[in-house]
Amino acid sequence: MSELATETWTEVCRKSQLSPGTGVCALVKGKQIAIFWEGISDQIFALSNYCPFGKVNMLSRGLIGDFKGELMVASPLYKQRFSLQTGQCLDDESVSIPTYQVKIEGDAIKIAA
Amino acid sequence: MERIIVVGNGMVGHHFIDQLIQQDKLGQVQVTTFSEESRLAYDRVQLSSYFSGKTADDLMMTSPEYYDEHGVQYFVNDKVIEVLPEEKIVVTASGRRESYDKLVLATGSYPFVPPIPRPEDKAAEENILVYRTIEDLEAMTKSGENSKVGVVVGGGLLGLEAAKALKDLGMETHVVEFAPRLMAVQVCDGGGAILRTKIEELGVKVHTEKNTKEIVAGENTRYRMNFADGSSLDTDMILFSAGIRPQDQLARETGLELGPRGGIVINNQCQTSNPDIYAIGECALWEGKIFGLVAPGYSMAKVTVDHIAGEQAKEFAGADMSTKLKLMGVDVASIGDAHANTEGALSYSLSDEARQVYKKVVTNAAGDRLLGAVLVGDADDYGNWLQLFLNDMPLPVAPEYLLVPSSEEGAAAAMGVDSLPDSAQICSCFDVTKGQICQAVRDGATTMGDIKATTGAATGCGGCSALAVQVMNAELENLGVEVSNDICEHFAHSRAELADIVRVKKIKTFEQLLSEHGKGHGCEICKPAVGSILATFWNDYVLKDDHISLQDTNDIFLGNMQKDGTYSVVPRIAGGEITPDKLIVLGEVAKEYDLYTKITGGQRVDLFGAQLHELPKIWSKLIDAGFETGHAYGKSLRTVKSCVGSTWCRYGVQDSVGMAILLENRYKGLRAPHKIKFGVSGCTRECAEAQSKDIGIIATEGGWGLYVCGNGGMRPRHADLFATDLDDVTLMRYIDRVLMFYVRTADRLQRTSVWLENLEGGVDYLKEVVIEDKLHICEELEQNMHHVVESYQCEWKSTVNDEKKLARFSQFINADEPDNNLQYVRERGQRRPATEEERIQTIEIVEAP
Repeated sequence: MSELATETWTEVCRKSQLSPGTGVCALVKGKQIAIFWEGISDQIFALSNYCPFGKVNMLSRGLIGDFKGELMVASPLYKQRFSLQTGQCLDDESVSIPTYQVKIEGDAIKIAA
Repeated sequence: MERIIVVGNGMVGHHFIDQLIQQDKLGQVQVTTFSEESRLAYDRVQLSSYFSGKTADDLMMTSPEYYDEHGVQYFVNDKVIEVLPEEKIVVTASGRRESYDKLVLATGSYPFVPPIPRPEDKAAEENILVYRTIEDLEAMTKSGENSKVGVVVGGGLLGLEAAKALKDLGMETHVVEFAPRLMAVQVCDGGGAILRTKIEELGVKVHTEKNTKEIVAGENTRYRMNFADGSSLDTDMILFSAGIRPQDQLARETGLELGPRGGIVINNQCQTSNPDIYAIGECALWEGKIFGLVAPGYSMAKVTVDHIAGEQAKEFAGADMSTKLKLMGVDVASIGDAHANTEGALSYSLSDEARQVYKKVVTNAAGDRLLGAVLVGDADDYGNWLQLFLNDMPLPVAPEYLLVPSSEEGAAAAMGVDSLPDSAQICSCFDVTKGQICQAVRDGATTMGDIKATTGAATGCGGCSALAVQVMNAELENLGVEVSNDICEHFAHSRAELADIVRVKKIKTFEQLLSEHGKGHGCEICKPAVGSILATFWNDYVLKDDHISLQDTNDIFLGNMQKDGTYSVVPRIAGGEITPDKLIVLGEVAKEYDLYTKITGGQRVDLFGAQLHELPKIWSKLIDAGFETGHAYGKSLRTVKSCVGSTWCRYGVQDSVGMAILLENRYKGLRAPHKIKFGVSGCTRECAEAQSKDIGIIATEGGWGLYVCGNGGMRPRHADLFATDLDDVTLMRYIDRVLMFYVRTADRLQRTSVWLENLEGGVDYLKEVVIEDKLHICEELEQNMHHVVESYQCEWKSTVNDEKKLARFSQFINADEPDNNLQYVRERGQRRPATEEERIQTIEIVEAP
């Protein structure tokens, strides 16, 4: 809980800067955070930009979609899929990546990190 | 160790040895083979392909290395001239004496040359020829250089093959046949008539009912053939192909029993009258019959291997002589009792002069069993009918409906493979049964590639491939393996089907396709595939808002993502031709951005290590210098590799660089199921390695030779020769059609090589579609391609001119910083990504969950 207490909302960009179905990366307190706009359900997700398989910051550049109904992003390097909701890797149970809360105020996208 | 000597290293002799190798029996026996020819076994069935581009090497079925590797002793150019059966020794022309425990005679046959009075001089030796060996082919080529007119005596299967060879050599070609029709053994009068029309349309003159009385010196030509009916024919070259005779001379001198008209008599175990001597192939006479096809020879070889190994139960039980072949592009097939000689047999025939198709079925008196059939012009029914015949199955419909498959009754006649017994032979070349194919599927085979690799089915003549696919799919279904071509969980369609839907319904966006024909949100499989299809047919800018979410990162950022998340920059250098000034620009840009620089196999320059925010600046400079994108990131045309060609090379016969540049610029925008590479060589030395490319072009004196569907990479494949002597326009027209047909029908991420291997009917079918326009789609394919060519845009040029698009090219949307996780070391004067050990962990990357 102490961790949560230190989290504050940071505005990272405007929704109008994004394209539906794609991601961008924001730098929040030194952390690289991937932000996705899933167009069909019109939801915004935020999770770590770092792919633990490729060991590179680039998940924001992955393709998004669903795997058996679970919304996911596929890593551009070796195609492992991560749940947009939970950060759980859908191809390897033992791996998951951090996720972040998102809220939208007007056109502003804010991240808790 | 038991010693086996094989006399003759033709297809059957080699098959015998190969069976020993395949069955791992060579440890127990020592095998020695002798050939009177200068080469080891080659594919005599494919002889005519020697004249359409294949070389003697292409026809080889084995090699000295292969025999060496397996300890097979071989002697070429050394004919066995004597067998001493008491001492069990063979003696060769060179004086070699070798002892044996078992002797296998695979001496084959020789061409029958009727005893016609003829000139007997050196010129006659060079210009009155037969058609049997590679040496014969070489002699034909030589004679062809000084001949305008050629005559083939004999209108049978081999004769027509030989006629094609003469056509390919560019001669005015005639076929002279004694019987009233062509292919008299296999085909009846009705079929013969259609066959004749089709062959004559190809420019071969056919003369039937001609009995050659004598060959004399000609007036304007080298020879004149005088016929018994008083007519005559002038010609420069004469080729006898009037049937074969068993090569039984050695057996005769050895005292083995022969048939009254020749042939070495064998029993069901393929033993001759001397139990230690076997005879197999065309030299053997079984129950009074000689088998002039390769498949029965292979069966005999198998039986002999088994018998020598002590398996007495295996027997040669005769062979079905049904055949299907393509003669000069005409499909001809014959099954069983084609002439309705069986008592009470009934014939039904259809002669379609409009389509030039002839079909005949012969049934028993009750009309419920197939006894024989003839097909000319369209032999698609062969596989199903052969099974009906071989397995003595009740006819699925009344016989007349077998002939008209387009009617409803006929549709029912397409027999389900489920009704075949397991013993049904599917591949006659390698004697593969339905049961064996099903077993292979049960053992895990799921593709035709697997089936070919494990059973050998469809790797001979390929005539059974369609049927083998049906058997495989049926068995997969029986096993509950869903034979699903669905691209992914979001669309119940294959890529080819999606391409059809997009094209026919003129669908322009992924959203529309998903809502009308799919479900869910899409995924990393279907999105790029549909993106590629949309790009193929509508050729919009790939970064258009509608399409951007479909693109893989490589396509979004128009560069290939490397292992560290940076991108490569690969400008197009069409044909590998570049001016010094442009080369200097590349060097300057690479130096300014410290890009790792490497020359590629596709004759261009790769610049590595560009970060997102650097890409637009780099490309602006390159575009200003006249470069455009090289699509190295796309499933699209990559490079057209070329040799320097006739402009500089003293051997070149055409301008290969010019052609390469023309082709690269024509197809550079095409999005495809996978990457596509071309090669153009300026002469047959083939320095551009065109035969390892998707599209290969090799210059000859007469124009361009087109090769299709080759591949390097993980599973190399030589491209197939598709057409020869093409002019520039026809060449491009064929490439337009081949590529567009590929793009329409291939699976996702399927290279042209695999696509062709999975295409039913293979390269012959592709030729029918592209050259003969069998599907009547060529005009449309060309229009599709025309649209792609017309609407080409350099994606980098469009991007650097669009402020909104440029916004994407930064690591962070809210900061102007680069990615601080990138680390490099210098090596050989350039930078490269640091290895894990070399990295200094400066930032905390993974948080505790």
